[in-house]
Amino acid sequence: MKPFGKHSLLGASGEISDFQEILHYLDELILYDNMWDDGNSLGPKEVHNYLTRVMYNRRNKFNPLWNSLVLGGVKNGNKYLGTVSMIGVNFEDNHVATGFGNHLARPILRQEWHENLSFEDGVKLLEKCMHVLLYRDRSAVNKLQIAKITKEGVTIHQPYSLKTYWEVSAFENPAQGAIGSW
Amino acid sequence: MDLEMNLNAPHSMGTTIIGVTYNGGVVLGADSRTSTGMYVANRASDKITQLTDNVYVCRSGSAADSQIVSDYVRYFLHQHTIQLGQSATSKVAANLIRLLSYNNKNMLETGLIVGGWDKYEGGKIYAIPLGGTLIEQPFAIGGSGSSYLYGFFDQAWKEGMTKDEAEQLVVKAVSLAIARDGASGGVVRTVIINSEGVTRNFYPGDKLQLWHEELEPQNSLLDLLNSSNPEPMNI
Repeated sequence: MKPFGKHSLLGASGEISDFQEILHYLDELILYDNMWDDGNSLGPKEVHNYLTRVMYNRRNKFNPLWNSLVLGGVKNGNKYLGTVSMIGVNFEDNHVATGFGNHLARPILRQEWHENLSFEDGVKLLEKCMHVLLYRDRSAVNKLQIAKITKEGVTIHQPYSLKTYWEVSAFENPAQGAIGSW
Repeated sequence: MDLEMNLNAPHSMGTTIIGVTYNGGVVLGADSRTSTGMYVANRASDKITQLTDNVYVCRSGSAADSQIVSDYVRYFLHQHTIQLGQSATSKVAANLIRLLSYNNKNMLETGLIVGGWDKYEGGKIYAIPLGGTLIEQPFAIGGSGSSYLYGFFDQAWKEGMTKDEAEQLVVKAVSLAIARDGASGGVVRTVIINSEGVTRNFYPGDKLQLWHEELEPQNSLLDLLNSSNPEPMNI
């Protein structure tokens, strides 16, 4: 995850070298925007559109940037959350995910997300989703990082890991009833 | 978004399996992850399967292939035990596995480690990798996670360990492989076989030692924030 501008954050999964290239493009974009010095600044919605164009055009040239991007930000008190895939599929929603998160986390979020989540509840909800992913996604590692974006700015917390639960009685001797099974 | 998930991918136990002899018997160890493509179908599987009272086998590779091979061998060994009038030896069990693996080598995709104790030879470990080679070794490692353990065993293995030393070595090794191999994970299961009998042990993921870049697990970020802790990075 990397913050950019004053009020936005970009997260990516996939090829890190391509993500670094995207950050380089964004740095240039923000720089030119600041050079106008007109009091206006690119918000998350505008950057989302820019990234969509970049991803889609690369896809059209059969040379995609191999990333799934998640972009969040707050501008003038309006919050924004959007996503762009490596082929240019883009949309905004109240909750987005990459990879296995789409299959495992979003259903949980569809049930449990609501408009008036506090920061604490939001973190707990995300951690609930991360737990499932940790158990069931082969490419998951037990280390995560949470970022918060409000109108005051961006805060990225230190990486931490989650406790996992294995003390289910069924796990102790699963093949007891049928030797040779799993 | 990579939505091409192979839901019809065969169940494969990516796996880390280990068998180790010590002065008095053998210790078998394995992780507990079974995957279908990138999805973890079972996070607490039991890959150490009984063949007879005194011989067990660690399974890796295709879940279906390893199960069917071990089922056939269990069946043959049962009949063999009746005919022989006493417990089968681990050598016989290993050779039965070899026959099935070798003669069906074009169709099967499974690597097995047989470990057992019998009164003639004591504790023995036999490795039967993909082609159906049989090789008796003081210790054996297998599965995708074993790639990360060759150097570790070169350094840490020694002859004539005690039961506890051997089990701790196995748990440490499986835990190291779990840390690095995406196809291995879950809990560490061990089975100790000696003249006294068989002992099964279970080491859940959260009770294992932490390795390089692994962090102490927390209940939630909120606990970290509420305790008096270093400031989070601020932009």
